[in-house]
Amino acid sequence: MKLTLWTYEGPPHVGAMRVATGMTGLHYVLHAPQGDTYADLLFTMIERRNHRPPVTYTTFQARDLGADTANLFKDAARDAYARFKPQAMIVGASCTAELIQDDPGGLAEAIGLPCPVIPLDLPSYQRKENFGADETFHQICRALVKPMPRTETITCNILGATALGFRHRDDVAEITKLLGLMGIAVNVAAPMGASPADIARMGQAHFNVLLYPETGESAARWLERSCNQPYTKTVPIGVGATRDFLHEVAALTGLSPQVDESGLRLPWWSASVDSTYLTGKRVFIFGDATHVIAAARIAATEIGFEVVGMGCYNREFARPLRAAAKAYGLEALITDDYLEVEDAIAAAAPELILGTQQERHIGKRLGIPCAVISSPVHVQDFPARYSPQMGFEGANVIFDSWIHPLVMGLEEHLLTMFREDFEFHSDAGPSHHGAKADLREIGDVAPVADLAGGALPPGFAPPRDIYEQMTTAEAAQAGPVWQAAAERELKKIPFFVRGKAKRNTESYAAEKGVAEISVETLYEAKAHYAR
Amino acid sequence: MSLDTPALDLQTRGCRDTPILKERGQREVFCGLTGIIWLHRKMQDAFFLVVGSRTCAHLLQSAAGVMIFAEPRFGTAILEEKDLAGLADANTELDREVARLLARRPDIKQLFLVGSCPSEVIKLDLARAAERLTTLHAPHVRVYNYSGSGIETTFTQGEDACLAAMVPTLASTTARELLVVGALPDVVEDQCLSLLAQLGIGPVRMLPARRSADLPAVGPNTVFALVQPFLGDTHAALIRRGATHLPAAFPFGEEGTTAWLWAVAQAFGVPRAQFDGVTAAPRARAAKAVAAHASTLNGKSVFFFPDSQLEIPLARFLARECGMTPIEVGTPFLHAAITGPDLDLLPEGPVISEGQDVERQLDRQHAARPDLTVCGLGLANPLEAKGHTTKWAIELVFTPVHFYEQAGDLAGLFSRPLRRKALLTAPITCSQISRGPGQSPGGQP
Repeated sequence: MKLTLWTYEGPPHVGAMRVATGMTGLHYVLHAPQGDTYADLLFTMIERRNHRPPVTYTTFQARDLGADTANLFKDAARDAYARFKPQAMIVGASCTAELIQDDPGGLAEAIGLPCPVIPLDLPSYQRKENFGADETFHQICRALVKPMPRTETITCNILGATALGFRHRDDVAEITKLLGLMGIAVNVAAPMGASPADIARMGQAHFNVLLYPETGESAARWLERSCNQPYTKTVPIGVGATRDFLHEVAALTGLSPQVDESGLRLPWWSASVDSTYLTGKRVFIFGDATHVIAAARIAATEIGFEVVGMGCYNREFARPLRAAAKAYGLEALITDDYLEVEDAIAAAAPELILGTQQERHIGKRLGIPCAVISSPVHVQDFPARYSPQMGFEGANVIFDSWIHPLVMGLEEHLLTMFREDFEFHSDAGPSHHGAKADLREIGDVAPVADLAGGALPPGFAPPRDIYEQMTTAEAAQAGPVWQAAAERELKKIPFFVRGKAKRNTESYAAEKGVAEISVETLYEAKAHYAR
Repeated sequence: MSLDTPALDLQTRGCRDTPILKERGQREVFCGLTGIIWLHRKMQDAFFLVVGSRTCAHLLQSAAGVMIFAEPRFGTAILEEKDLAGLADANTELDREVARLLARRPDIKQLFLVGSCPSEVIKLDLARAAERLTTLHAPHVRVYNYSGSGIETTFTQGEDACLAAMVPTLASTTARELLVVGALPDVVEDQCLSLLAQLGIGPVRMLPARRSADLPAVGPNTVFALVQPFLGDTHAALIRRGATHLPAAFPFGEEGTTAWLWAVAQAFGVPRAQFDGVTAAPRARAAKAVAAHASTLNGKSVFFFPDSQLEIPLARFLARECGMTPIEVGTPFLHAAITGPDLDLLPEGPVISEGQDVERQLDRQHAARPDLTVCGLGLANPLEAKGHTTKWAIELVFTPVHFYEQAGDLAGLFSRPLRRKALLTAPITCSQISRGPGQSPGGQP
């Protein structure tokens, strides 16, 4: 048993639902107890779908347990076929039905439905959501795809986009446009947007574009073996990766990788002087492996951040992530325990977190800005506006969404210049306008006793200051003591870098064996850590 | 309405004798685990530990929304492959996880081991585990057990199972006390206690109590009134302890609150004049607040999908105080002994259905084309996209809606979707994730 509060991934049958809900003309009959229908609302609420997921649940209850549940399943499958007339069906069990050991595949076969019925074997007590999606798509391809003659013009399939995928909708559109610029038409994009009939004609494409290894790699490998279709290995997130991807496609097709880049703005935005302050900002990256690996490359080589932590929650992709992390001199963090992630972030003390909605909340707790780069995400990350992560427009979107949480360069300089200003001091909050401002008397210096206590307005202040906490813990072990003057000087440093300054000064003092931190120690440490 | 005989209007018959449409089939409902989300807020020194699968943990985090990030006092001990192999092992594992949890949260005084579908199916004996753990962690922590599994409980029944599990352990008393049963938001609970105090009724005890130290005692002279209609097992458990139930309409709206208070007042011999004196002002306030919304709701039809068992009292409120016409009132379970007074007041006409076959019910809803459909979040957006106006039902459980001061808010929850529909003038067109005809694969920007 493992005590869990937050899970990065749902159970595997939710992965199967992501495939079924993304597709059309497919129906999923899920052997599951009453209550498991909660998963419907992930699609109708978070992704705001305007239809019910194409899933029939047997919703068995305690009184049905025994021989009855098998008949319940057969009836549900028969009724679902009669009502929805799908081109194909997938059948499987949720975690509870796995325990009662009815065999959905065998039962469905026994009733002889007039459409292909694809059984799913998803081990709920070992595997998770991404595996469920990957395996379901794989099984659907195995059942429906046959080798076919190639199309006359060069076409490809786009693999891996599912319902409830982070920006899958717009990524598929962006990559379709990009391939179009090279003269390549999309044969089938699947699973999202495809019907079983579409899946059946996937064999005629010349090659496959694997957008999301987490949910499409098994199918891509199988198509490579059975239909002799090579698939792309580069995920086109970021400018460099997109260009590499175009070269990879060019090598597969013999077409030119040169496409119209006139809409691409990230490189100039990043080169412009306003971005200079971004140099070396410390960034911690966590999410699914694909998005983390892509984000690290953008962060380090396209924006100029320093990557100080990398990790993923999906163990299946631990190996490529470890390799990628090594290139930045980092040890990858492979965990699905958010408390471990929180500890790692606190230890790395980054200035920006790139992560999932959980890291967004960790960021709030620690008072560190954060941008979302990966599932799981909440409703605000299924936006109405066009916002891909992939391709050139994706790069533009990424630049904006990562930079906005940071204090803008000019603002940062002004804050530094006018620190301790009577209306612009660190306790004043995000705005010093109007009645909300906590104006200080001109020339008033906070008494030393108040230094720890000055609270920021709610919603702005970090509810827990990790730096404070660390230093109290250290103080308990007779760490260096701050002189009153030094503490006042520390207070003049803008709040968003003050924690780091405090920590650096204390470790510098400890290193040098200084028992009392004076103003001089503070500045010596600043010089010592200057970069 | 006449306070002494609140049974029937002169014009219409009630629904007490209406034949019930009982259905079985696919049910689109939450399981009882969801009750944890409001129970843990109410019981401030309790922790709810679900013993279940990743699905259970995922359900709780999906249902709890942002609350999951506020270090809530609930969690899931996820069963792994090795727990399924041998049951003795599962008990040791559970003991270890509980010990770790209690060490980390020393403020916890009550621990609920909550059974789930997987733990029920493998017959993990959580009742014995609770006894063992109570002995182990006595006297600091009391460990209870109940099932919130989907195979046994639907949504709000989780609260019923939880409270029913506590009843046998409550201290005994011979005092004649009023026990108000059902978790209410604190603000509503305070209003309820204040009204009862003004009527001279006391002492009043609450189940659940905010803290374990305030748990009520129960005995043959205890008189209890339910504030939630889904408390069938708790009702039975209290009667087994010798307590007496006061049947009453549920305190929704001006009329429901008055009927509920009058049932209590009669049992405690409160004179009519005093009752009228205490209730006149809040009754007038409630009626005025409801009237503001009734103009939107009046003459509109409403269709309830089953969800929380609140459907019958709410349909009664909407029909009688807001002028709506219920077409179908679906409820996951119907306890006639508990909702009888509300059925008496609900004007004859609607189909009363118990249980669900969601596809057939959707067919009926589609044919009826009600002005307002009350349903769960899995159905709401799909129905909106088809042009129906919906009110998502879960909000009715999470929002303060009981008693006089909330009567206007309660009506407002139903009028808001209709007012919104009237405000929005841009037609809904086929979006990129629609499944309508003309969809291009993958969509285009």
